[in-house]
Amino acid sequence: MIEVKNLKKSFDDKEVLKGITTTYEPGKTNLIIGQSGSGKTVMLKTLLGVHEPDSGQILFDGRDFATLDANEKRNLRTEMGMVFQGSALFDSMTVEQNIGFPLKMFTNKSNAEIRDRVQEVIDRVKLVDANTKMPSEISGGMQKRVAIARAIVNNPKYLFCDEPNSGLDPKTSIVIDELIQEITHEYQITTVINTHDMNSVLQIGEHIVFLKDGKLVWEGNSKEIMQTDNEDIVDFVYSSELLKEIRRFHTNK
Amino acid sequence: MIKMLNNVGKYLIMLGEIFRRPTKWRIMKGLIFKEIDELIIGSLGIVAFLSFFIGAVVTIQTALNLNNPIIPKYLIGFTARQSIILEFSPTFISIIMAGRMGSYITSSIGTMRVTEQIDALEVMGINPLNYLVFPKLIASITYPFVITLSMFIGILGGYVAGSFGGYLAAEEFVKGLQDDFTPFHVIYAFIKTACFGFILATVPSFYGYYMEGGALEVGKASTKAFVWTSVAIIVCNYILTQILLT
Repeated sequence: MIEVKNLKKSFDDKEVLKGITTTYEPGKTNLIIGQSGSGKTVMLKTLLGVHEPDSGQILFDGRDFATLDANEKRNLRTEMGMVFQGSALFDSMTVEQNIGFPLKMFTNKSNAEIRDRVQEVIDRVKLVDANTKMPSEISGGMQKRVAIARAIVNNPKYLFCDEPNSGLDPKTSIVIDELIQEITHEYQITTVINTHDMNSVLQIGEHIVFLKDGKLVWEGNSKEIMQTDNEDIVDFVYSSELLKEIRRFHTNK
Repeated sequence: MIKMLNNVGKYLIMLGEIFRRPTKWRIMKGLIFKEIDELIIGSLGIVAFLSFFIGAVVTIQTALNLNNPIIPKYLIGFTARQSIILEFSPTFISIIMAGRMGSYITSSIGTMRVTEQIDALEVMGINPLNYLVFPKLIASITYPFVITLSMFIGILGGYVAGSFGGYLAAEEFVKGLQDDFTPFHVIYAFIKTACFGFILATVPSFYGYYMEGGALEVGKASTKAFVWTSVAIIVCNYILTQILLT
């Protein structure tokens, strides 16, 4: 579980996060949504420890990231997995080497053990015939699967995804969303996803946090988001005529 | 000026960061060998080619300019040796390497920055500067080997051009090579080479690591890295010459 308490973060004189309080529970896909500039990337990076909060607390199962020493921070980081927007696979390594990288770095497993675990996650994310390929030789969807496999190979407790569907076609996006949700349920991971994608919001939004101008203005799930009358969220989520039509159909509003 | 001082400060902080939170030796060993292969072994061909022909040209130019019959011919060999050992091999090959090694280092690290690979290392709890720059720094310890080869092949080029081109007899060239030989000049050349190796590994890394933007900026960072690596080599060359030879 990740508890965020009154989190504030500024850059120079600009206050980006203005006191956010929320809780991300394990085994749930937690989504952060909001317009560009609403503070969601800063929020994700602060959760990851890339930015230091100005005030407030981030508790990872009770452990306050800011008060940990360097070793404890490093240990906590080994419990995190991250799927980057552009996958961020290492170009100089094959698919297998990319996935095995965290194990080589942070465990004392033998090469054979690493190979076995890598194959296990490759099978789990359904990557076919890609083991020895370089990242540049596989499609965007496959790259995302590799990124997910790399993020979960070391059995993380916390999984962070920054716009995992960016650049993917709608069908592949749904496949990736479902994969993240399945993995979250299966391994009881606390998953936090930063997204713009309304399909994801409606499909896998088990806990949704909506940010506007650095403030949390709405919290709920994919069912509640269909019913809400909150003007900010209605404006944001139902920005297209098609979505407005869907909402009318579902709620008669 | 303030920006320049800011960059110098950032560079010094980066040097300290390279040695913090070291990567596991099991991984680092492989990275060091990879960098030696890319940066050192991969440079040998171009260094050998340039050294041979520049050595030959230095000898021919010297022979053509020393046409006074009072001046002994063996001085051609002497001049070729001195120019190759003192300046051409350590300094000018290093500037050429600033283009070859420097652009490789800046563009590879810069591309990793643009494609969030450095962020990925950071999030995993890895010190990216140690992971990326330390192996290059260790590989640069073997850089004097490249310069030794350059000296040898440069002198060989001079020998071949001088004797086979009919400018002087082979024995005279060899006599010139041995004449008034000061072993400290070789030590001076290697001290310079070691410093240049350090500059070649760290300045381009700095420009790659701290670059911002996209693909276009990677190209710009490579150009900037080449310019500032060359400037650093030339200034360092002047300071070391002043300290060691005067």
